[in-house]
Amino acid sequence: MNAQSAVETTTASVKPGSSKASSRLVYRHTLPIRIMHWINVIALTLMLFSGLQIFNAHPNLYWGNRSDQGKEWLSLGAQEDAAGNLVGITRIGQHQVTTTGVLGVSKGSDGTPVARGFPSWLTVPSAGWLAMGRRWHFFFAWVFVLNGLCYIGYSLARKHLQRDMWPTRADWRGIGRSILDHVRFKHPHGAEALRYNILQRLAYLCVIFVFGIGIVLMGVAMSPRMDAVLSPLVEAVGGRQSARSIHFIIAWAFVAFVVIHLFEVLVSGVFNQLRGMVTGYYKVDSVKPEPAMPVAAVPETVVPAELAPDRTVTAQTPIVEDPRHE
Amino acid sequence: MSDRRSFLRMAGMGAVGVLLAGCDRISQSGLGARVLGSAEGLNRRVQALLSPSSAMAKEYSEADISPVFHPNGTTMPDTPAYQALMANQFRDYQLQVDGLVNRPAKLSIDDLKKLDDRTQITRHDCVEGWSAIGKWRGTQLSAVLDHVGVSEQAKFVVFHCFDEMDVDTPYYESVDILEARHPQTLLAFALNDQPLPIPNGAPLRLRLGRQLGYKQAKYISRIELVSSFKDIGDGNGGYWEDQGYEWYAGI
Repeated sequence: MNAQSAVETTTASVKPGSSKASSRLVYRHTLPIRIMHWINVIALTLMLFSGLQIFNAHPNLYWGNRSDQGKEWLSLGAQEDAAGNLVGITRIGQHQVTTTGVLGVSKGSDGTPVARGFPSWLTVPSAGWLAMGRRWHFFFAWVFVLNGLCYIGYSLARKHLQRDMWPTRADWRGIGRSILDHVRFKHPHGAEALRYNILQRLAYLCVIFVFGIGIVLMGVAMSPRMDAVLSPLVEAVGGRQSARSIHFIIAWAFVAFVVIHLFEVLVSGVFNQLRGMVTGYYKVDSVKPEPAMPVAAVPETVVPAELAPDRTVTAQTPIVEDPRHE
Repeated sequence: MSDRRSFLRMAGMGAVGVLLAGCDRISQSGLGARVLGSAEGLNRRVQALLSPSSAMAKEYSEADISPVFHPNGTTMPDTPAYQALMANQFRDYQLQVDGLVNRPAKLSIDDLKKLDDRTQITRHDCVEGWSAIGKWRGTQLSAVLDHVGVSEQAKFVVFHCFDEMDVDTPYYESVDILEARHPQTLLAFALNDQPLPIPNGAPLRLRLGRQLGYKQAKYISRIELVSSFKDIGDGNGGYWEDQGYEWYAGI
């Protein structure tokens, strides 16, 4: 995701002798990363909506192998009240809440309330249509898996994962400050913005390797044919219904990640971030080093300035040990 | 800022609305449904590669059996032929086996028991998402196929059923010969040590260890071996397949 500063295009000129902050465009995300990012957006969106359609066919979740009535840990049900009106009841464990209009009972295509887990504006197709929901889900499951494999392969080959995502020791040491910065919505604007902070690194690694791989494995664990060879995995998580529950929970963990991700994009400069993921170019505020600055701060003196890895040094960020190209 | 936020929120909701409406258009178009359905072939081939045809479904213990085996779909066929058999506790029931076979046969439940009689505790997974575990007693389908002798042109085993889903639309299903010959593919006549209950498909139903519930035809009246199922029902190999579900129900 963070293709870093292999190329810089200077947009603002710096007056000679001045150290005034200016901005420049940094080529941050390579084309394959951008393409894979947006394919992933489409695939995840459609898998969520079609997944909720599939969930609606039996809007109850269980632990173990069986779906015994009365043993649901989550249920989006419907009941009739004394007046004969449908009431949506969401039950989580022993707790229940009335959720008429959204969960359990919501408006059907003709506007009258119908019993359905998630409402039509959250499902693909919008009407209750399990067969078509499955088609969407399995089609985009392949898109998601193949795209994800390409992403991991590409990121490993280009050292994107190793350099930009794997936390360094300095990252771990700065975790306290990073948490404080996030809580205060403080975002770096200079070259530091190009580098993933520790929380970003952990979030991306968790999303890719825990959520991504986990949700695929739990999806496959629901397949009766695959269970003939995956039964140790199925039993390890507690059974097929446990796999279904975990699949559902991870789906919402993805939603939570996307909400936070979009929030961070919004507060750290929505236009700049979008330009970064669409065109590849990301604008950073830069403080050009004074000519008097020690040469040691810019080691790759032989590299043409336009191709030099970003090395802007500030007081808080000592030179990082690994030059990052991706 | 609040203007921008409400604009973004409206834009977001608008985008989702447009997306969902677009998806509905695609779902209803023949081409869209076919393109999306192309994943079925990929699922079938990749799963056959990763989980070989000989792989066995997990068999459970008595302690794992569901207290109630939830019946789904038809629970009481109302066709006269079925009602007549039911009136006599299915004593006159005979399974008809024909089509591309060398020796067409009519087999009573006792005849089936003589061919093969085994018990297995396996999990039943419905396309809707729920699972139940039951103890099934039945005859391996392969024993029946050996008994009648399958002709070389036969590619699929079609199960014709007593129950009608709509007027003149009897339930039917089909599997390929490989799946039919899997050791866990049974014609089941008992569930949890009782004769198969009517809601669960009495007197005889199909049990597949590795496919979804809708493949596991209940109330079987006749087994037909065919080279193609194009001329049966709407030609997709089963009642639910004719409603848009995948013929390959391994996932």
